[in-house]
Amino acid sequence: MIAIVDYGVGNLFSLRSSLAAIGVDAIVTGEKSEIKKADRIILPGVGAFSAAVRKLKETGLFDCVKEEAIQGKPLLGICLGMQMLFEKSFEGGESEGLGLLKGEVRPISDVIPKEYKVPHIGWNALTFCKDSPLFRYIKEGDYVYFVHSYFASHAEESVTATAFYGAPLTASVGLGNIFGCQFHPEKSGEVGLRILRAFAEIKGGRSE
Amino acid sequence: MITKRIIPCLDVRNGRVVKGVNFDGIRDVSSPVEKADYYSRNGADELVFYDITASNEDRKIFTNVLAETAERVFIPLTVGGGIRSIDDFDRVLKCGADKVSVNSGAIADPSLIGKAAKKYGNQCVVISADVKRVDGAFRVFAKGGRENTGLEAISWIKRCVSLGAGEVVLNSIDTDGVKNGFDLEMLAAVTAEVNVPVIASGGAGKIEDFITLFRALPRVDAGLAASIFHFGEVEIRDLKKRMAEEGIPTRV
Repeated sequence: MIAIVDYGVGNLFSLRSSLAAIGVDAIVTGEKSEIKKADRIILPGVGAFSAAVRKLKETGLFDCVKEEAIQGKPLLGICLGMQMLFEKSFEGGESEGLGLLKGEVRPISDVIPKEYKVPHIGWNALTFCKDSPLFRYIKEGDYVYFVHSYFASHAEESVTATAFYGAPLTASVGLGNIFGCQFHPEKSGEVGLRILRAFAEIKGGRSE
Repeated sequence: MITKRIIPCLDVRNGRVVKGVNFDGIRDVSSPVEKADYYSRNGADELVFYDITASNEDRKIFTNVLAETAERVFIPLTVGGGIRSIDDFDRVLKCGADKVSVNSGAIADPSLIGKAAKKYGNQCVVISADVKRVDGAFRVFAKGGRENTGLEAISWIKRCVSLGAGEVVLNSIDTDGVKNGFDLEMLAAVTAEVNVPVIASGGAGKIEDFITLFRALPRVDAGLAASIFHFGEVEIRDLKKRMAEEGIPTRV
C-alpha cells in the first residue's frame, strides 16, 4: 500500500488514477496513522514552496513524513514534493524543507539563458547521472513531462538524472530510500507509469 | 531539450467530440474518452478538452467525460469552455484537469486570471484568445468568435500574462477551419511580445503546416488542431516522425 500524502495542496486525481492503472494499491490520506501503516509514501505538491511547507506543518504531517523516511520507508517526492525533500528553498523568501537531502531550491532563471522561457514546461529527455531503482523500466533519453520554475541546486549527492534546458536541471534524485522526480510521472504517459511501477517495487530499508 | 508539443483539441458537446468549420457547422465525431485514449497512445503530447455545451445539465456530462478520461489518460489535460469563476476552475481541476484555459470569462472579468494564478499557480492558467483581423488590426473576439470585443489582441494577451497566465493559446479565426496553414503573421506578433509558451491554433491542414510553423517560428511551443486528427487526415505518429526527421525537437 502506498500512502499519497494529502495536505490540501495540489490535484491528486491523476496520481491516484495512474497508480490504479498499474494495479498498485494506494490511498490518498492526511492521516498520520495511515501514513505510518503504508509500505511507501508519495509526497506530491504543486504551488509555492513556503505555502506547501506551511500546510504540511499545519496538518502535522511534516514530522510524520520525515520520521517515516528516516526510519527507512521508501518516499517519493513529486515536483514540489521533491523540492521539499531538500534543506531549503528560496521561493518567496527563504524557507526550510524536510532536509532529507542535501541541497537547496533555486529559480531556474539563475542558471538558464535569458531567452529561455520560465516555467520550464513540456516534455524533456532524461540524462542519467547515476543508476537508480526508479529507472528499472525506462531508458536514458526517455521523455517526461515538466512544469516548474525552481530546481534543486547543489544536489550532487543525490541527483540521478538531469534534463537539459539551456543548462542541466535536476530531474530526479535518489539516496537510500529517498526518491524524487521534478517531473510528473503521472503525466508522463507510459514512461511515467513505468517509473511509478519501479517505485512501487522498491523495498524499504527498515529492518523488521 | 524541450520538445515541440502536438496537441489535439477535442470540442465536446453533449458528451461527444465535435468539430465545426469556422466556429459553426458542427459535426458529430466520436467518444471523447476513446479519442483521448487513442491520441495519448499515438504520440499526442497533451490534450485540450473544450466544453462547448451551454446548459448546466450538459456541463455535468462534460465533467463526467473529463473524469473518465483522466482516469485512463496520463498526459497533461487542459480544459476550456465556460470558465468564468474560481468555482469553475475548481470543478474541472477536481475532475483531473491540469490546466484551465479562460477566454470569454477573462474578458468579462480579467481579475479571474490573477485570482486563479494565485490559487493554483501560473502554470495552471492558460489564456486562450480568439483573434481576427479587423481593418488591419488584430482584435479579440468573445463568445466563440461571434463578438468583437474591440480589444487589441497583442496588448490584451500581454496584459493576461502580466496578470498571471502561464501559457497562451492563440486561435486565429482568420485561418481556423481553412486548412491552409497556421497564421504565422499573427503568431510572430504574439511570440515577439510574451515570454510564456505560445500554442498555435487554427489552420493546420497537413503535416507540412506544422513543419512550416516550427521552422518559421522557433518561439512557438506547440501546435494545436482538431479536425485533421479526428478525421484521420493526419496521424500524430506520422507527423511526429516527420518533425523528428526535419530536426525539430520532438518526443517520439
